[in-house]
Amino acid sequence: MEAGIGTAVGTAVTTLAGPVAAQAISRESTGLTVRLKVNGTEHDLALDPRTTLLDALREHLHLTGSKKGCDHGQCGACTALVNGRRINSCLTLAVMHAGDEVTTIEGLGTPEKLHPMQAAFVKHDGYQCGYCTPGQICSAVAVLQEIEAGIPSYVTEDLTAAPQRTEAELRERMSGNICRCGAYSNIVEAITEVAGRPA
Amino acid sequence: MRPFTYERAASPAEAAAAAARNPGARFIAGGTNLLDLMKLQIETPSHLIDVNGLALDRIEPTPEGGLRIGALVRNTDLAADARVRRDYGVLSRALLAGASGQLRNKATTAGNMLQRTRCPYFYDTSQPCNKRQPGSGCAAIGGFSRQLAVIGGSEACIATHPSDMAVAMRALDAVVETVRPDGTTRSIPIAEFHRLPGETPHVETVLEPGELITAVTLPPPAGGVQIYRKVRDRASYAFALVSVAAVVQRDGTARVALGGVAHKPWRVEAAEAEIPRGAKAVTAAMLDGAKPTHDNAFKLRLVERTLGAVLAEAKG
Repeated sequence: MEAGIGTAVGTAVTTLAGPVAAQAISRESTGLTVRLKVNGTEHDLALDPRTTLLDALREHLHLTGSKKGCDHGQCGACTALVNGRRINSCLTLAVMHAGDEVTTIEGLGTPEKLHPMQAAFVKHDGYQCGYCTPGQICSAVAVLQEIEAGIPSYVTEDLTAAPQRTEAELRERMSGNICRCGAYSNIVEAITEVAGRPA
Repeated sequence: MRPFTYERAASPAEAAAAAARNPGARFIAGGTNLLDLMKLQIETPSHLIDVNGLALDRIEPTPEGGLRIGALVRNTDLAADARVRRDYGVLSRALLAGASGQLRNKATTAGNMLQRTRCPYFYDTSQPCNKRQPGSGCAAIGGFSRQLAVIGGSEACIATHPSDMAVAMRALDAVVETVRPDGTTRSIPIAEFHRLPGETPHVETVLEPGELITAVTLPPPAGGVQIYRKVRDRASYAFALVSVAAVVQRDGTARVALGGVAHKPWRVEAAEAEIPRGAKAVTAAMLDGAKPTHDNAFKLRLVERTLGAVLAEAKG
């Protein structure tokens, strides 16, 4: 993990988690150190600033649940939760997340203790090849939280009313997650079950 | 991605000054557009100035009765704000019509305003593009131009501005607030903010080198029926072929802006006098002088029909 590189500036970086503390960190293009809290565990990583959050997760922390599909924010396979919000981890730099809390599919559940959304995907066969599935599940968990928080979507009819957990809402909100096997209808059934509302 | 150095800015003015000192610098906030382009080496900054810590993430009332939207307010948060949903519905609808949930959680108000075009030749580095490489030519003219501009283009460029949000902002007469490298601030009406391509399609806004957007301000609520209608090749998560942002009053007057047709959100105030005569007359006035290509001539009728649907919906 590039031990020893950039440790001098690294010390400075890890103290910069606050929103206003800020100075030039490094004039070098390699060797920034950043502290990430991933699935509850803190890690100090020495990183080339070009490293995306996705690559930090996969290549440095060996959390290979988050997948690299398109690497351009189009497919959603890299979806992870940062401070509770779903993002495309391929379209953000790891150094921009000092002090942030990241949750990946590995942090949602384990084979012994599945997250309810994981269990529902298994029950409803919400996949075929499985490559997009970690991103689908992270996204789906966040979708239900977003509806709960009252965040509207493109298909929400009344902008001033609380959005409902309808199939149309789930489909619209999941549009950033592509499944090339076409398991969409089973994915909707799985999410609907967790949402507690019949499809 | 090309190598770059990275810093976090301490204040908006310092960020602007740092950018002016370093001609190869770019600001980064959400990063959803910039990093995409950096991976393709369409954008090759030598230095990134991270502005995420600049506390520009609040939506506050203005003394005039409008809203001041911090540059870093995420698209999701702007669309979900109760005041925006109630008083500026066209803006909320436009934001929700764009991108995906994941992208809206990251993308910022200022970054959305500064989005680069999705012209396929801008993205294809093996093709000439005056926007990507000034002076190299335009492969879109005579090429695959279905998505591209029908009005306001030039011999150098027929790209469109991809934002939905900015189209609603144009209908609402938003104002862009900035800070310059010398610390002075200015307010730029959105009508004057984006440029047409002309001979210099790589210069997309009137921002000066290093100038940083700090907020976008909305005037007091315009009332009326507010509609954003987007026509695209699939039902979600696609750029507009044509979009219409409209604020229609009970007396039949309206403000109308179009997306997907030009290098900037397209509004022709004089054309709004034609509203009582219907969509065909308004479209003729808005798109007077249009020069569509063989591939995108359909957009002229699509604007007319979409606008007609919007005006009918507004009447209830």
